[in-house]
Amino acid sequence: MIEINLLLIFIIIAAIVAVEVKDLLSSVVAVGVAGFGLVISFLTLKAPDLAITQLVVEILCLIILIRATIKVDLPFSTSGRWLINTLVSIAFIAVFLSYGYKALLSLPVFGSPLMKTSDFYLSETLKSVHATNIVSAINLNFRAYDTLGEATVLFAAAIGVMSIMRRKGRLTNKNKDNESE
Amino acid sequence: MLTYFLCLVLFCVGFYAILRKRNIIKIIIGIVICEYAINLFLILFAYRMNGRSPLYSPNQGITNMVDPLPQALAMTAIVISLATTALLVGIAIRIYEKYGTFDITKINRLKG
Amino acid sequence: MNQNNGMSVIVKTVTRLLAGFILLYGIHIVLHGHISPGGGFAGGFIIALSYILFMLAFGKEEILKRVPQPMISLLESLGALMFLAIAVFGFFGGYFFANWLPKGIPFKLFSAGTIPISNVALALLEVSLGLFGIFLVLVLLKFAPLNEEKTKKK
Repeated sequence: MIEINLLLIFIIIAAIVAVEVKDLLSSVVAVGVAGFGLVISFLTLKAPDLAITQLVVEILCLIILIRATIKVDLPFSTSGRWLINTLVSIAFIAVFLSYGYKALLSLPVFGSPLMKTSDFYLSETLKSVHATNIVSAINLNFRAYDTLGEATVLFAAAIGVMSIMRRKGRLTNKNKDNESE
Repeated sequence: MLTYFLCLVLFCVGFYAILRKRNIIKIIIGIVICEYAINLFLILFAYRMNGRSPLYSPNQGITNMVDPLPQALAMTAIVISLATTALLVGIAIRIYEKYGTFDITKINRLKG
Repeated sequence: MNQNNGMSVIVKTVTRLLAGFILLYGIHIVLHGHISPGGGFAGGFIIALSYILFMLAFGKEEILKRVPQPMISLLESLGALMFLAIAVFGFFGGYFFANWLPKGIPFKLFSAGTIPISNVALALLEVSLGLFGIFLVLVLLKFAPLNEEKTKKK
């Protein structure tokens, strides 16, 4: 599958640009490019539900991240023990990659999944649920408990966002507004 | 095999950003790249060569579909990653309002 | 970056034409979640994006006049409660989360039991989450431009 490998190399180059560039606005744009490359690779891997969801989530993530880029990135720190820190990080990542390579050799070959439980889902969805979108039927009928847990996590995140937005109190709120204006 | 290894390399790029960067926004970008790599790995695991997408159609059978189960799990993970990114950016902006900088080596006051 | 004045005339005109179509497309994806790809999550975010487009082009005040903030909290609680009610009413079918409505013919709009109602409940939850996230980044850092001018002068 030559096109999947080419798309992955494109996403890796976009990610390296996002991490190394000094200007924060350019690195947020590079993260957006990596997300769009991911949408195209989801479409190549025959998953249209996920491509739509990833596209929309990517756009919202970009809007939220751009608001946080106020200043320029700080220069690379050359104080303290920066050389030993960088070498230890690179050594750790090299060890991680080598052990990961050995673990990946025991997976099934790319292109022939095991599908032990999915045979049940594929044959049962049309007979007993009468839905034609199998991914939705798995999410909301066979595994609806996981969707309940996800709704709880989203609710907790919304409550957290509401509590971050709130200023301190009513009296101190008036003093802060007078100072900033 | 090469495809799985490239996915692991993408995860390591994000991991390096979490370990070695000084700016909080770069650390958040590293977390986002790690999440992309994990979702991509789940979908790569479920691909069948020359398969078709898991949707019924009136004139085709069910013998050649890709695996639908990891796609359902990855959909949950994509939506949760948006929630965590929104919370992280909110906390980072609050830190900037209080300390005046994004540098993590200067945010070290314990008292409120 | 004064968000309260909105953007230029070209952006405002194009937004007035486009926002209705995006809302309609989002509602279509939510309601057809059991037939074609999409479902509650993607459709809910698309509906939120139509409101966000309006808010970015016209300023925050226009949206707050039409959809006030307590109503967004109400929508979110309603979505979560509706999803839980579908789950608890599954006891009629024998067990928690059973699919107890009659399932019709496949490929029609009113088929597959409780799945369309769950899609609508999840879409309500997503819309309010998207709107809260955007309120977060528009409310905070009101005095950021002053800091930028100070560093430029130095």
